[in-house]
Amino acid sequence: MGNFIVWVVWVVAAFACLASALAVITFTNPFFSALALIGNLASLAVLYLMLSAEFVAAAQVLIYAGAVMVMFLFVIAYLGRQGDAPWAGGPSWQSLAAVGAAGVLFIEIVVALGLKAGGRLSDEAAIDVFFGSPHEIGRLFLTDHLLAFEITSIVLLVAAVGGVILGSHARSGQPVDSAPLEVQEGRSR
Amino acid sequence: MMGPEVNAYLIVAAFLFATGAAGVLLRRSPLVVLLSLEIMLNGANLALIAFSRRFGELDGQVFALAVMAVAASEVVVGLGLIVAIARRRLDLDVDKLSTLRG
Repeated sequence: MGNFIVWVVWVVAAFACLASALAVITFTNPFFSALALIGNLASLAVLYLMLSAEFVAAAQVLIYAGAVMVMFLFVIAYLGRQGDAPWAGGPSWQSLAAVGAAGVLFIEIVVALGLKAGGRLSDEAAIDVFFGSPHEIGRLFLTDHLLAFEITSIVLLVAAVGGVILGSHARSGQPVDSAPLEVQEGRSR
Repeated sequence: MMGPEVNAYLIVAAFLFATGAAGVLLRRSPLVVLLSLEIMLNGANLALIAFSRRFGELDGQVFALAVMAVAASEVVVGLGLIVAIARRRLDLDVDKLSTLRG
């Protein structure tokens, strides 16, 4: 019975994940794309929980769905409605080639997995209850992966400085902040 | 074992990665390109965590957290660029923003 429930949760989460990923790249309105990506992140968090990655699942919901996607939605709201259908503009062979390239990528990954892994991935390692807990992850971050931890902080610092510079640079050049909203909306139509 | 095997998670991760790649190649709005990039990064994260569970080592989860930090930085810089482009009244279309083409 427990096995059955696990499978039901997995199938629902996996299909929600795949469907929302397809929705992100097919919606015309970027606002709906961002909302679909939030659903994608939430269903991915369920998959992480089933892989006993509790801390990563919590961080996923907090950082991605909480912080990053709110920033996305703010920028989309700031830019106004900019419709962009996936098949509009550009020759159709480009669209077909893009989908074909993505399909080839998928087949390549699956074939490489099948060739390299075969059936050797089926038996999972035994883990204790502390696997994936904040305590264990924090210990690894501050012992084995200290360098990666510090480099991550530098990457975040550089990104923050870059964001500030990108945001304040245009203000010193031309008076762009005085752009009336009608102009922006008229241009996007 | 209970539940699906790691192979199933890896197939989902591969599909996510391919879907994100299709979005990056298909769409011309840089906003949606950024969203598709997030899907690709999440596919890689799912594969990392699935392998971490398979081998019972937490290193994969640690690396997935580092990938999330990189993704957040990328979004900050990408959205900053998009806002800067929009302020200069340029079209938000990755096909038309080709000034830096070599």
